[in-house]
Amino acid sequence: MKKILSLALVLVMVLGLAACGGNTAAPAATEAAAPAAEAPAAEAPAAAANVKLGFIFLHDENSTYDLNFMNGAKEACAALGLTEDQYIFRTNIPEGQECYDAACELADAGCNIIFADSFGHEDYMIQAAMEFPDVQFCHATGTKAHTQGLSNYHNAFAAIYEGRYLAGVAAGMKLNEMIEAGEFTAEEAKMGYVGAFTYAEVVSGYTSFYLGAKSVCPSVTMEVTFTGSWYDETAEKEGANKLIAGGAKLISQHADSMGAPTACETAGVPNVSYNGSTVAACPNTFIVSSRINWAPYYEYVVNCVMNGEAIAADWTGTIATGSVVLTDINEQAAAAGTADKVAEVKADIEAGNLHVFDVSTFTVGGETISSYMADVDTDPAYTPDTEVVENGYFSESTKRSAPYFDIQIDGITLLDTAF
Amino acid sequence: MRKQSKAPIVHISKRSALPWYHAWAIRGAAILLALVACAVVTTALTGEDPIGVYKTMFAGAFGTQRKAWILGQNLAILLCISLAVTPAFKMRFWNIGGEGQVLIGGLATAACMILLGDKIPNWLLIVIMIFASIAAGAIWGAIPAICKAKWSTNETLFTLMMNYVATQLVAFFVIVWEVPKGAGKIGIINQTTQAGWLPQIGSYKYLLNILVVAVLTVLMYFYLTRSKQGYEIAVVGESERTARYVGINVGRVIVRTMLISGGICGLAGLLLVGGTDHTITTTIAGGRGFTAVMVAWLAKFNPLVMVFTSFLLVFLSRGASEISTIYGLNHSFGDILTGIILFFIIGSEFFISYRLSFLKHTKKEG
Repeated sequence: MKKILSLALVLVMVLGLAACGGNTAAPAATEAAAPAAEAPAAEAPAAAANVKLGFIFLHDENSTYDLNFMNGAKEACAALGLTEDQYIFRTNIPEGQECYDAACELADAGCNIIFADSFGHEDYMIQAAMEFPDVQFCHATGTKAHTQGLSNYHNAFAAIYEGRYLAGVAAGMKLNEMIEAGEFTAEEAKMGYVGAFTYAEVVSGYTSFYLGAKSVCPSVTMEVTFTGSWYDETAEKEGANKLIAGGAKLISQHADSMGAPTACETAGVPNVSYNGSTVAACPNTFIVSSRINWAPYYEYVVNCVMNGEAIAADWTGTIATGSVVLTDINEQAAAAGTADKVAEVKADIEAGNLHVFDVSTFTVGGETISSYMADVDTDPAYTPDTEVVENGYFSESTKRSAPYFDIQIDGITLLDTAF
Repeated sequence: MRKQSKAPIVHISKRSALPWYHAWAIRGAAILLALVACAVVTTALTGEDPIGVYKTMFAGAFGTQRKAWILGQNLAILLCISLAVTPAFKMRFWNIGGEGQVLIGGLATAACMILLGDKIPNWLLIVIMIFASIAAGAIWGAIPAICKAKWSTNETLFTLMMNYVATQLVAFFVIVWEVPKGAGKIGIINQTTQAGWLPQIGSYKYLLNILVVAVLTVLMYFYLTRSKQGYEIAVVGESERTARYVGINVGRVIVRTMLISGGICGLAGLLLVGGTDHTITTTIAGGRGFTAVMVAWLAKFNPLVMVFTSFLLVFLSRGASEISTIYGLNHSFGDILTGIILFFIIGSEFFISYRLSFLKHTKKEG
């Protein structure tokens, strides 16, 4: 018996040695890749073969938010003709030192462009960007690139408020249909919105959604509740149920679980979704969803690096770049003629005839605003620093890519603001 | 024949102490069996080559110098929290509140960094941070201890509940200090001035944390095995009545030990917030307050052995993460492998403590 055991021990050690032996090649490979990464910054444009992408995701594919990024990444890699060993996905990276570690490990592994997808990753990406000046660090949803002054650190977002506005138009059409059918009066037309935090990104989202609905259903009002988490299925479900119990005839949300859509399906209340279609789980209530398509940004960055061009510190995707998209409209739940109306409004936005935050379409405390200083340059005191009302509209996502619309407009009631 | 088949086939009896090499041979065999079981699961579920998967695990832990440092850092923090809960466990005081004690220590550190950063000299700030974090953790640990000593409350439930209180406190202050408004995140504190950041030794970001915990490990070993207080802890753990009989003030020992236990957890919070992450979130402890329980038990409360058990757990988690990255598998797969390996390792302790004798049927004939 003892002999067998000692043999077993020896086997374990041999196995261990074999595995260690395999690793010694890794650092050497990294060193070889490092000079290649410096090349594009110098002069010669890097060919597609020299590009290696690293992606950092907060969760894995079970989160609709991260799944949307993953799909965009895969789409971009396929479009650029990158092979599987030219990109690395790191999932479940928390918003802490782990993000810095993951970014540095990706740089060590020879990646010359590194993307991160969650707001809280930003500071750790900046730390890593300082250490690896020859590697490009691109962070979605962040706010600091334009003030940080690092040539290899970049922010990106999309003018998703335009998508929300279009989704709002679809919501307003549905309300009109229900009013005409005599389900409730025009005065009772109230929507509900489940938000994550009282963050500008959420405020900008629900306000544009509301304005979209109001553009076709002028009497509409809206109630908003906050969950204090970007992903909390129970809280989102409870939030939706609370809004429905309070008389909301239609629900939308800005949080990443299936909580609100499934609550709507159960209650038979129409839902306008986010991040992607939820029609499979909610065939009777899903109307449409807006989402950001990240593939155009990924392709833009890779092309910049390949051509030796500088990447913009802030990049805002639009309807025109293909970054702001609506999913297919679910004819079963949507009002008749929704697709045509949405296409018409979309053309107006693209032509510049219609601005989502046109100051003539909303009031604040009964007054029309003509000037607003927003906190564009992030600081702990939230100092308002930039005039953002220009040419009669609130100019969203032009001063930096991440949204900064944080005004409470009339017609929208916040049920709780603890978060 | 029928009678024989009813007789138990296996007889379990307690072993007397095994020679060390025998015990380690059993543990080695358990690891080997675990690797075989993992290989079968890997091939059956994913079709990947198991040897390649094991190589990837090693690469994930040691593949580059940076990975080795990260391993060291993770090991240091886990070991620190494990060292913290050990004296309490040795006293049979089930402190499963390590998570909350770390969080509250981290919160105290972050509060000092945010409120006092750039207002006082950096050395003074760091001294205040050290005291504040250790005191916060110690208070968080002492509250259940005092209640236990005075009113015999259940410390398991009490320390567990204190975790939730700490989490909610952190959540509250994150909203107070969030940047930008409404984001629900603090971000890196004092990123430009680095006020309150623990000093970095040379170019090694994680060396300070590792050294602090190394010193702490040795101190804890001597405290538990060579000091009078360590002996008192052991006596109270073995039998409170005996302790009382020999004149030990049991309540005093309980409170004193939990002050130490909570204080070291607070120190872990300091190392996390002041040393590496430079922020505070509700998830910064990352469940390590609970993992530490396993580390301490596996090592039978010996601080030196805990270096190896915490290494094992950190190695498995780093390896599992690398597997999911390289093979494009969900994290859960790596966790399954970790679970199998831990199952075998914990199971092997049974065979070290007990003897299985297979009763032979021929016995009855003879």
